[in-house]
Amino acid sequence: MTGLSWNLVDDVRQMLAFHFMLNALRAGTIVAVVAGAVGYFMVLRRQAFAGHTLAVIGFPGAAGATWLGISPVFGYFGFCIAGALVIAALPSGGRPNAGLGGYGEESAVIGTVQAFALACGFLFVSLYKGFLSGLNNLLFGTIIGVSDNQVLTLLIAGVICLAMLAALARPLLFSSIDPAVARARGVPVRLVAAAFLVLLGVAAAGTSQVTGSLLVFALLVAPAATAARLTARPALGLSLSVLIALAVTWVGETIAFFSPYPIGFWVSSLAFAAFLLATTYRAAADRIGRRQPRGSTSPTDAGITATVGAA
Amino acid sequence: MTRTDAVNEAVSTLSGDEGDATRAGPSSGEAAVRTVVVSLENASVAVGGRTIWSQVSLEVQAGQFVAVLGPNGVGKSTLLKAVLGLVPVSGGRVTVLGQRAGRGNAAIGYLPQRRAFDPGTRIRGVDIVRLGLDGDRWGTPLPGWLRGAKGRAARARVAEVIDLVGAGGYAHRPIGQCSGGEQQRLLIAQALIRRPELLVLDEPLDSLDVTNQASVSALIQQVCRSQGVAVLLVAHDVNPLMPYMDQVIYLAHGGAVMGPPEQVITADTLTMLYGTPIDVLRDRAGRLVVVGQPDAPTDHRLPR
Ligand SMILES: Nc1ncnc2c1ncn2[C@@H]1O[C@H](COP(=O)(O)OP(=O)(O)OP(=O)(O)O)[C@@H](O)[C@H]1O
Ligand SMILES: [Mg+2]
Repeated sequence: MTGLSWNLVDDVRQMLAFHFMLNALRAGTIVAVVAGAVGYFMVLRRQAFAGHTLAVIGFPGAAGATWLGISPVFGYFGFCIAGALVIAALPSGGRPNAGLGGYGEESAVIGTVQAFALACGFLFVSLYKGFLSGLNNLLFGTIIGVSDNQVLTLLIAGVICLAMLAALARPLLFSSIDPAVARARGVPVRLVAAAFLVLLGVAAAGTSQVTGSLLVFALLVAPAATAARLTARPALGLSLSVLIALAVTWVGETIAFFSPYPIGFWVSSLAFAAFLLATTYRAAADRIGRRQPRGSTSPTDAGITATVGAA
Repeated sequence: MTRTDAVNEAVSTLSGDEGDATRAGPSSGEAAVRTVVVSLENASVAVGGRTIWSQVSLEVQAGQFVAVLGPNGVGKSTLLKAVLGLVPVSGGRVTVLGQRAGRGNAAIGYLPQRRAFDPGTRIRGVDIVRLGLDGDRWGTPLPGWLRGAKGRAARARVAEVIDLVGAGGYAHRPIGQCSGGEQQRLLIAQALIRRPELLVLDEPLDSLDVTNQASVSALIQQVCRSQGVAVLLVAHDVNPLMPYMDQVIYLAHGGAVMGPPEQVITADTLTMLYGTPIDVLRDRAGRLVVVGQPDAPTDHRLPR
């Protein structure tokens, strides 16, 4: 790897001269946008555990595909989407419980599936002898080796995923926050939940190919959780989540190029730093907000008395 | 006397006294022909293979304020869900606004029985109210400034209902940080936003303090009167509703009784329905007050 000259323009130009780096950045960009957007809803729905499981399920998929001599891309997507359908079919995996503002999960079942998936992945890796360096890459990501074909597959999957998310967004938000009312209003809550799990599977499969199966959360959870701490507006939160994921990916990949340490470490560390900053900001803002007197309208019944009196 | 007999007797007493009890609200003394908003004809509901209540017949007219009362687990929420089409009837028929009960009726505003939002829910109250307006439509909403007049109208409507329930002071805070009563008001605003013809409210007064119980009851009644909205409201404490109720539905022993409050809210009827002594007193202003804890006995759910 070439050294850093501290002339940013030159450094970037030098980096982009490598085709593998160009592909890594392309793949990273696609994945960051998808993970930031899907992750926002995942955090809102409290389905992080399901998301993590889907990411882990991608690992046996990729390992199995490598063992069989197929492109790992198909392994990732195939296993993640199938896993999403299985979780959606669980008695309450994709269905709201009585709670508000989030979803319950059949965490015991999902956790069991996750352990089994990891075990299968390890089996495939040992069946495919001489693959042990590949194991690291599958679990923790690598900056080299994203092929043109892989970028194209990621692009197609990403565009389909975002289009579906755009079509679902409003009823998805409604049924994530208040499933009982959404159902009464005619939103097919179970169908929306299942469709979202599939999107989550696609996002996890795509992200795995950049960060590795175990570090998917650097892009799927951290930017969304960071955004949620910065704003309570849905549209702004979603946009922030995407922007943070993009920034973390670009900067992380650039540092990884100029340093001896792996990409997964840098992307995760940056995401973690952003999360810490946002958490600190939130705590400070809440404290200041609490010290200031509330707005002019008191939260008591002033408004109601007025309207009733006028009637 | 079996419990079913007791209910049947209560029903016949009520209907014997004043002709058809379900049709005679105190506010409809002018005998005008009113539209029926909700009607149940011999309806029965079974959940998980168990019949919750059966042979229930009742009618709610436009603009009526109807309270649904009864002990825990007797099927009050189930009655509301049957009206919303969320629970299928196992017998009989439920008609709502001229149609068979079904999901997704835009003319119904619904507030489910609930616990509070998780404190970590970082979505603002206004966003939740807004979801009541168009949250069931597919797609992603465009930003307000791109939607022109339509977007402005939607925003104005959101502001209007938030004002109506007096939630302006906290509607822009994350809902997880609002108190239980503040959340309840925002959710009432959400139920009102599409100008429904029927409001279905499951225990809207719980988690409210006494003053707020009175003011929210007054608000609901005001919406009911000024906009002719029929209200079906589940409550455990009748007293804050006493000044406003037109009709009362009492569920007990797997059946339902409907009638004007002065007939159903009597010491004899309540004692019989709950199977525990309950007194109905008149205070100095002539208002009725129910004394005794109606939810106390555990053995007066419907027989299994
Ligand atoms: N999904 C379900 N499966 C099986 N039984 C159910 C289900 N939902 C409700 N029930 C039963 O139906 C009965 C009526 O329930 P419902 O929620 O309508 O009672 P309720 O009158 O609203 O009570 P509360 O005052 O406690 O809210 C209860 O005995 C309850 O156990
Ligand atoms: Mg109930």
